Parts: sequence; C-alpha cells; structure tokens
Amino acid sequence: MKFAVLAFPGSNCEMDLYNAIKDIIKEDVELVSYKNDSLAGFDAVLIPGGFSYGDYLRSGAIARFSPIIPALQEFAKSGKPVLGICNGFQILTEAGVLPGSLQKNVSAKFICKDETLVVNNDHSIFSSEYQKGQLITLPIAHGDGNYYADQETLKDLVANDQIVFKYTNNPNGSVDNIAGIVNKQGNVLGMMPHPERAVEDILGSSDGKGVFQSIVKHIKSRGVIYE
Amino acid sequence: MNKVAEQTQTEATPEQIRDHKLYLSMGLTDHEYDLIKDDVLHRLPNYTEVGLFSGMWSEHCSYKNSKPVLKKFFTKGKHVVKGPGEGAGIIDIGDNQGVVFKAESHNHPSAVEPFQGATTGIGGILRDIFSMGARPIANLDSLRFSAPKTDSDKYFIQQIVAGISAYGNCIGVPTVGGDTAFDDAYEHNPLVNVMCVGLMDLDKIEVGAAAGVGNSIIYVGAKTGRDGINGASFASFQFDSEHESQRSAVQVGDPFTEKLVMEACLDVINNHSDALVGIQDMGAAGLVSSSAEMGSKAGGNGMVLDLDLVPQREVGMSAFELMLSESQERMLLCVKAGQEDEVLKVFADHGVDAVVIGHVTEGHQYQLRQHGEVVADVPVDSLASQAPVYHRKSAVPEHLRDAEPKQYQPQIANPTETLKQMLDQLTIASKEDIYETYDTQVQTNTVVAPGSDAAVVRVRHHDKALAITTDVNGRYLYLNPRVGGQMAVAEAARNIVASGAVPLGITDCLNFGNPEKPDQFYELDQAVMGMSEACEKFEAPVISGNVSLNNEYDNVPIYPTPMVGMVGLIKGLDHVTTQDFKQAGDLVYVVGKTGDGFNGSQIQKMQTGNISGQLFDFDLDYELKIQQLITKAIQANLLNSAHDISEGGLITAIAESTFGNQLGVSLSGSLSVNQFFSETQSRFLVSMPRESQAQFEQIAGSQAELLGKVTADNHLFVQATDGYFDIDVDAAFNIWKGALQCRLK
Repeated sequence: MKFAVLAFPGSNCEMDLYNAIKDIIKEDVELVSYKNDSLAGFDAVLIPGGFSYGDYLRSGAIARFSPIIPALQEFAKSGKPVLGICNGFQILTEAGVLPGSLQKNVSAKFICKDETLVVNNDHSIFSSEYQKGQLITLPIAHGDGNYYADQETLKDLVANDQIVFKYTNNPNGSVDNIAGIVNKQGNVLGMMPHPERAVEDILGSSDGKGVFQSIVKHIKSRGVIYE
Repeated sequence: MNKVAEQTQTEATPEQIRDHKLYLSMGLTDHEYDLIKDDVLHRLPNYTEVGLFSGMWSEHCSYKNSKPVLKKFFTKGKHVVKGPGEGAGIIDIGDNQGVVFKAESHNHPSAVEPFQGATTGIGGILRDIFSMGARPIANLDSLRFSAPKTDSDKYFIQQIVAGISAYGNCIGVPTVGGDTAFDDAYEHNPLVNVMCVGLMDLDKIEVGAAAGVGNSIIYVGAKTGRDGINGASFASFQFDSEHESQRSAVQVGDPFTEKLVMEACLDVINNHSDALVGIQDMGAAGLVSSSAEMGSKAGGNGMVLDLDLVPQREVGMSAFELMLSESQERMLLCVKAGQEDEVLKVFADHGVDAVVIGHVTEGHQYQLRQHGEVVADVPVDSLASQAPVYHRKSAVPEHLRDAEPKQYQPQIANPTETLKQMLDQLTIASKEDIYETYDTQVQTNTVVAPGSDAAVVRVRHHDKALAITTDVNGRYLYLNPRVGGQMAVAEAARNIVASGAVPLGITDCLNFGNPEKPDQFYELDQAVMGMSEACEKFEAPVISGNVSLNNEYDNVPIYPTPMVGMVGLIKGLDHVTTQDFKQAGDLVYVVGKTGDGFNGSQIQKMQTGNISGQLFDFDLDYELKIQQLITKAIQANLLNSAHDISEGGLITAIAESTFGNQLGVSLSGSLSVNQFFSETQSRFLVSMPRESQAQFEQIAGSQAELLGKVTADNHLFVQATDGYFDIDVDAAFNIWKGALQCRLK
C-alpha cells in the first residue's frame, strides 16, 4: 500500500512522517506537494504538523486554499483514510473535513511534552491496534491545540463514537479532554498529539506505531485496490 | 512629493560630515574617519560611504578590538574541516558527514525589544548554518537574566523565551538544550546566546565568496525595510539609563519566510551546485556586509550593485538605509554568468523572491549605483579585511588585587533546610517552564531532550549521535578570568562526557564589557587564554564563535561570560547515558576528589548575597584524567547514569539524579555537610548495577568513593561526617520544579 504525506509551505513534520512510514512501518510513502491537484494512486493520506504559511491569520486557514485541498476533500469523501496530525488536524477543521476548531492553548503558550492519552474508541480504522481504555504516551507540540466544538456537535461526537483519543491530564483546555476525533464516516482522523514522534523506543515511546499499523491493517484486510 | 529627493536632501554633505563630526554618532572614531579620508579614499567620504564603513568597521563585523585576542584560540585538530573565519566551522564525523556549528549573541537587541531580539538571534544563526550547505538539526539557547523582581523583569524573561519559542518552533528545528542562570550582574543587560548545529555531506561545502568577472550577485528572501538600520554599530554601543530606547535598531523576525528561504537555499546548494559560486547570510550590517565580505574573500575582483533592483518594502529608501538595513531572512548569492535563470527558478518554485542586483567586476572597487548615479565607490578590501585592529591596554581589575585566598565556609545549621533552599535557587531550579515551550523533538532524532547534562541527537541511519551542550559560570570568571575560562570549557566537556560522548570542538559567544577599559580587556584576554588551554587539553578546538562587547549598563559591566557551546560524538547509541538514576539497588559513586570549593559558589551567593575571594583551585590534567575514566566506564557499558557535579555541589547533583525516575537514595560519604555543597571541579556522580562494581573500581581506583545505593522508597537520605540530609524526593522535587514558575508569576 502507498501513503501520501502532504507538504505545505511551512510544514515541518513531513519528513518525520515519511521516515516513520518508510523505516518503521515499512510501507511505500511519497511526499506530495500542496501544488498538486490529484491524490490518485494513494491508499491513505497523512497531513503533517508544522506551521503551514507560518500559522499566519489562523492555524491552517491559508493552507486550506491550496490546490491539493479539493483532491483531499474528494479523497476523504470516497472513504479512504486521511490522518491529520497537529497542523494537519487544524487544516482539516479549516477545510471543513472535520467538525470543530482549534484555539490557542489556555496557557497561551506553546507546549511540548509527553502526554498520557486514553484510547476512547478502539474500532476506528486508526485505533484498532489499541484496546479501549488503554493508556498510551504520545508527545504534544502545539500552541493552538485547544479543541472546541459547540454542545450540539459535541453531543454528536459522543453519540457517534467519534472521539478516538482523550487526554488524561488536559494540557490545553480542549473540550471534553479531546485529543483526536474522526469524522462521522470514520475515515478521517484529526489529532493534536504526534504519533510519528513515538515510533521508536530510543526516542522515548513506541506507542504511536499503533495508529499507522491500524491504517495498514484496515487497508490490507479489505484487500481493496482503490481507483 | 518626491520622497527620494526629500530623503537625499536630508543627508549631510561630505563637508558637513567632516565639520560636524557626524561620523561619531555612527560609531566611527576621529582616527577611523581620518583613516578613511586620508589613507583609503584620499577624498571626503559621502554619507553613504561613511555608513558603509561604520557598519563594516564596527566591532560586530570587524572584531577590531578582539582580533588579537581571538588569534590565541586553539583551533587545530585532525577532524577540523573548516575553522573560524567562514560563517560556521565544520568537523568531520566520518561517513562523509560533517557537523557544522556556531553560536551568536543577541544581547543588545533583546535588551531593547526582548521578543524580536530573541527571534532574530535564532534567524541569524540558522542562516549561518544553512549557508554552509548544512541542514540545521538542533538549536540551543544560553540565557542569563537577573533574578526577576519587578513585573518588567518578568516580562523581559517571558518575552525572550516566547521569542525563541515562536521562531524556533515555526522553523522546524528542535531546541534541544541550553542553559539558563540568574544573577543581578545581568540586570538591564540580559544575555541571549543561541547556538545552532547542522549536519551536511562533506562533498557539498559552500563558502561565501564571489569570484569570476561577470558572475551575478543575487538577492534572495525578504524585502528590505527600514528596520535594524546600522544595528551592527548599535550592538557595539553600550547602554545607559539616559538612552533607554533604540527600538528602530531592532529587526523583526518572520520564521515562515526563513523556512522558505532555508529550504530553497538548501535546494540550490544540493541540486544546483554547478551554478553556485558563493552564498552568504545578510546578517549584521546587512547588504554591505554580505556583499563586501563575499567580494573581499574572492580576492582580485570588484563588485557593482544597482540598488534600484533591491526589493524594497518601503518607498524612498536611501542608499545608506538600503545598505545598512538589517531586515531579516535575506541571503546573497553569487551565481555563474549564464546560469542565473536556473537558480532563479528554484527560488520561484519555493515561493521566495530572488533578483539579480549586480555583478562581479574587473578591478577592486566596490561600487553602488542608485537612480543612475554612483553613490559609493570604495576599495572592496577596505571595508572587509582592512578594518583597523586595536591592541587594547590590559590591567588587573581592582577586585582581583588582594583577593582573599581563604575559601568561604558555609554556615549550615540544618543540612536538609539548606538543601531545600539550594533547590529553590533559580540557577539550580528546573528550567522546564522555559524548555516546555520549545519544540524539542521535531525531526525525530532527539534521544536526550533538555533536562540532562547534554542533549543527544542521533544521526539518522547511523549508529552514532551528537551530544551538545552550552555552559559557562560567569561568577568563576569574575573571580579568576583565566581559570574560570578553563572551567567553562571543562564543565562543557564534563557534560559531553557524562552523556557518553567524546568532545569534538567548541563554539563560543564572548560576552564582555567595554574593551577600551583595561580591566575589562584583561578579563577578555585572560578568559580566552584559559579557554584555549582547556580546549587544547581536551582536543576540542574552537571552530567558530562570536564576540559581544560593551555589555555594560551605567558603566557597570556584566560578569565576564564566555559562553561555551560544545559538541561531542557518541560512537554507538548504546553509550548514550543520562543523569537520572535508573533502578533501585544500583550503586552510587562520586568520582573525583572533593575540596573546599566555595569562593564563587552558589552557596556563597545564597548565604552572603555576593561572591568574593580567590577562586578555588583547578587542575586541567586531573580534569582530563577523570573525564577519561568516565568515558572508559561508559564505553565498557558499566554505568546506568552519569551526572556532572557543578553549581550547588554534590548534594544538588544527587537530588537532581533522583528526580527523573522518582527513585530514592541511601548514601553516606566521607565529606562534611559543607563539602556536599562544594563546587570543586572534575567530579561526576555515577550509578551502576552491582555487576559493574568490580570492573568499575578497577578503572576508577582511588578516584571513586562508593556512597551507597539507589532505593525504591522515594526518599533521599545522605549521611555526612557531621550531619545528614533527609527529605522525601517528592518534596525536594516540588521545590526544584516550582521555583521558576513561582518567581515568574
């Protein structure tokens, strides 16, 4: 199977994702420029962290107008897996692919540290390698990670089991301790913590591998070649 | 209104400059002006030309006061690929790879506008690294503040940290370490020193030279505005309470543009090296500095620049302003004639502005044209390599004459209470509140993040890693600049060794007072000699550096503070070692002899509010012997932890080593309670499994003393000869962890 890692001007985790998929998950992966207008030939799309367009105006607000975005929206609509991490999550909410939005952390400061998450949904295509209730350690590194959704949206997220990861010690003020959510169809995950930074013990944790392994398992078990 | 004409009209004539000595306000002395007029140009320089010389002959660009001192540095070594002189130095680490590093100070801008001062410091040092063709892989920050007392103090600290966070995080280079210390010596003159480390393939070295008549000079990056005009001369002034604000001399950073410029430049260097002749950062003294240095280094050619072609952010900018603006995120390239389009296309693809603004010419003249006129015409070498050099007078500072040789004796009634007080000192306390706001992990190579002795960054796809640290204790240098200089390098080396590495080399930021004052010059000169002696001893040559003089406020200088940034190589990832105790039952040793090291120590400062007396003794040979012993033990895989013993002494090191994994200790030693706070150099705290004991004791011999073992009970108990320390690790941790947060609120 083949992953696409999108790269926007100002993205800075694209190589981390690329290396994680290539060296650790050992699947095909290709960097795809924001200037492209097609995602044909890919089985899953990863949107990296960083500061696309310097996070000027609002995190993700400018990147969502990139040429690649219509193709991404189409890709998501077709049911194929899309994972947005950190700035990738912000781009997905700005592009209307995921509900809610990400505000400045309550501390008003950038925070980089390990956080313990609890797996809230273990049957999504991004979390099937975990057990519900399992505690995992993933790093966070963001200034705008405070997830917000209005009460009605939140009710939907809970009712549809869309909340995949929650913080056990909410670092940024996110509503309902939300660290990651999927869309209603379940094929698009946005999360603030960085699973690609936790795929090797020497870097402190391998707990993030499960996210990518879940995607691979999903694609391979379906035995479907999209197109 | 025609703004250009208006601007030109306000510029002084050459005669007015001479008659009213207008050059003085630009930082040139009478002697320097006469030199330009009589020896270089043989005519009166115009306003633009005086500006060019004031920028290029500033201490910041020319090192005119420090050059004779810098020559004393030990710079040799068989692995040195490039020593001081280029933007940054390079050391060979095998496998066709080079590690590139340099440090830079941004003290003056940060004292005026803390946020932007800090951001632009990072931007500048990054450009120095990637202009060598290296990808930046790590940043470190060495900060000195006064203990925050007023809201303004807190604001400055928070804004400097916020600036580092904002720029460093956005650019995608991890901030993996650094050091922060607090002393009132840095009131009104904080130190903001940033170090950047890059990695490159050795077959892709780029140098900042422009050679070959007809080759094009290409301007790359952000447009030029009126920010930071003549900042290099500004940085070479000193502050006082009469002249509070020089905000226009501070630049504004845009990390997003920097990121684009960096990626585009690395693309050109890596994939279009055939077309590229030279590349240089537009840093201090902006366009004039980068172009004149590029022209001068090439040798034998001149250069002509058409200022009308320079991308401009504001209308009506004069030649003076264009040449001396320090607008950020700009680079200058020299590209072979005929291959300009190939390079311009790369920049266009990356969304970065790039434009040909001039050419390399026959002859030796550096010529600027604007609006169809020649506005400056000077010999290119006169700007760059012919700046005057001063041999300043040196005199022993008054506080060093008749200094008391007897060591201070701490007054300790209750050892545990004194330990608690020590852990609450800002210099000792956890800096997590600072480094938590830095992205320490992006690029996913950070093996040891901030909080241990040195940061460790692995070299991907190789079984090796780099250990990186910054260090200096200005108090030691204040009491003895020469020995303090040795100690600065030695402590950096101890940090490197404790993390499992062998020192490769150093960079530095020499933060000192006014070199025209003999006692200040003495400190600079002695410190450099001391540092150099230590560098030679550890075979860690100086490969790059930066000088920041005139760090004074109301004529009171800071402590002499030559920041040492050291890089070491870890051959084998299984040698990576951290300071934290790892498991209950491990044996704990102190390695290296403890004496009465109290003059200049944290406990002297804590108990008397001051430091005084003669600095305690230090022996470089002994230091090396102890370091080599630790390296041997680590490479034999005997140790589970190793920690350099520094400020706050052995008891502080013990407490720090319990924090990471919340383990306890039950120890007893042959030292007095006082000696547990001694800052005698050349010591490590190590722990190891019982199986290592015999082999370790064979290596260490009489240099190691077994103190006891690590316990699982979260309790610190340490018996001294005349008392004991007894505290829950949690309680100690909370004091240490909370001190800075509490003081910054």
